[in-house]
Amino acid sequence: MMQPQRPDPGHVSFRLVMGLLAALAILLLVLPSFVVIVVSFTSSYSLRFPPPGYSMRWYAALGDAWQLQFAAWNSFSVALWTTGLSVLLGVAAALAIARSTSLKAKVLDSLFMSPLVLPALAFGLSVLMLFSLAGVPISPLTLIIGHVIVCVPYVIRTTVAALAQLDTVLLESSASLGASRWYSFRRVTLPLIRPGILAGAFLAFMSSFDNVPVSLFLRDARTDMLPIRMWQDLEGKLDVTIAAASGVIIALTVTALIIMERTSGLSRRIR
Amino acid sequence: MATAFPPVTRYELKLAAPLAGFYLVFFVGPLVLLTIVSFYTDTKMTAFGLTQYARFLLDPFSLAVLASTLWLGLKVTLLCLLLGYPLAFVITRSPNWLQGLLIIVVILPLLTSVVVRTFAWIVILGRQGIVNSTLMALGLADTPLRLLYTESGVVVALAQVQMPLMVLPLITAISRIDPNLQDASSALGAGAWRTFFRVTLPLSLPGIVAGSLLTFAAAITAFITQSLVGGGQMLFMPMYLYQQASTLNNWPFAAAIAIIFLIAVLGCVTIFNQLGRLSRGYAQV
Repeated sequence: MMQPQRPDPGHVSFRLVMGLLAALAILLLVLPSFVVIVVSFTSSYSLRFPPPGYSMRWYAALGDAWQLQFAAWNSFSVALWTTGLSVLLGVAAALAIARSTSLKAKVLDSLFMSPLVLPALAFGLSVLMLFSLAGVPISPLTLIIGHVIVCVPYVIRTTVAALAQLDTVLLESSASLGASRWYSFRRVTLPLIRPGILAGAFLAFMSSFDNVPVSLFLRDARTDMLPIRMWQDLEGKLDVTIAAASGVIIALTVTALIIMERTSGLSRRIR
Repeated sequence: MATAFPPVTRYELKLAAPLAGFYLVFFVGPLVLLTIVSFYTDTKMTAFGLTQYARFLLDPFSLAVLASTLWLGLKVTLLCLLLGYPLAFVITRSPNWLQGLLIIVVILPLLTSVVVRTFAWIVILGRQGIVNSTLMALGLADTPLRLLYTESGVVVALAQVQMPLMVLPLITAISRIDPNLQDASSALGAGAWRTFFRVTLPLSLPGIVAGSLLTFAAAITAFITQSLVGGGQMLFMPMYLYQQASTLNNWPFAAAIAIIFLIAVLGCVTIFNQLGRLSRGYAQV
């Protein structure tokens, strides 16, 4: 009557369908990066795939692409400032709301998280309106302010998650042994939640570096940002230099991801 | 531990004050301002009225843009679910070393620049791209197909761009299911398909809802992918908003578009959250 050992056709078809769909998903996830890297080594002027020949010429061309370099440097420094501010404000806020069950903390939590679901383009437009109606000229500072709003949720999310895993007994014993709150924070809490903060800071940095909807409204000629420069280059003509720039970005992202995975177990914290 | 938490384990709510103030000025403030601007009747912003909303809601073109944006989000979400669920399912059942590797494969696109990922799709779907050269080499097509600048192209590209947002919550939800339940189901004679549809799938509903919410919200606002893969012929809400604000400098109308878009998104978020609440109740039974 009941023979779980025998491989029935349902079992086989189930595994087959699931396996095939999962393989298709993996192909879909991996293929684009792979294609970009291959095309970036092309020797021709077109984005033909597979390329007719291979060379490093487009990577060499990056050396003269001063507009891309300028934009990349701007994006990097804005992302750095954004991350610093996000960590400062976000970790403090996460400490306040992490273990609190009060209604206030709940409201604050949903407020802080809302930039993740709201259309960021609407926010970008609204913050441009605020600055221009208040008579504040667009500057790198206004750009960083806009970025912090959309990047700080990542820091809060990972820090709150790390705090939730923190065993409160440790804090109680630290206090009962006479440590002050500040000392307990520095010597117990902070070291234990550091990987969480680090993961959040990394996500905030990457999302600022890649931000388009806010930068679109808050940048000017002095703060040309890399994703927007690349987008505008692609709108105009299909330039193979963009493929080389993309290759560099992919390589740096993979390196950063591996480092973060080793130091803070990023993949466990991102979920 | 019945005495709840002693104060040493908690921090004062005051610590959230700096960020709360920052949000008040630079997040809540702008959104309030956006709402006010949307009620101006003219571009010089002198008189109040409902002109901008009437202009959008009575205009078949604008309504079609809104509808096609939400429809696009739905299609992307369904495609992500169709491919993402099996992937999440396979990941939770893989041995540890493979699991780590696969999760990295899922996360990597999430962190790679959206412009780079979209650029990849231009290369893949282009006239001389990988799809067309494969089709022509196999003799399935004589001339290159037009894949770029089509809606299907946008859906596939967006599905790739947003897939991690679907897969990550699903991995969490599926790995939380007690494996005994699946064993019990098959021991009682249910086949693999029956066990999947009657046990695994219903119990993972909270993950499906959470993933769908994130995917949908991200897909409808994905300005770069929509405009580069979709090209000039297809207009979605983000580009519509941007054109009105930047190219035409019509702030009141752009603000009205933004508000209508925000309300549409909030409406969808509310529906998803309600589904989530229902499914959590369902999953616990």
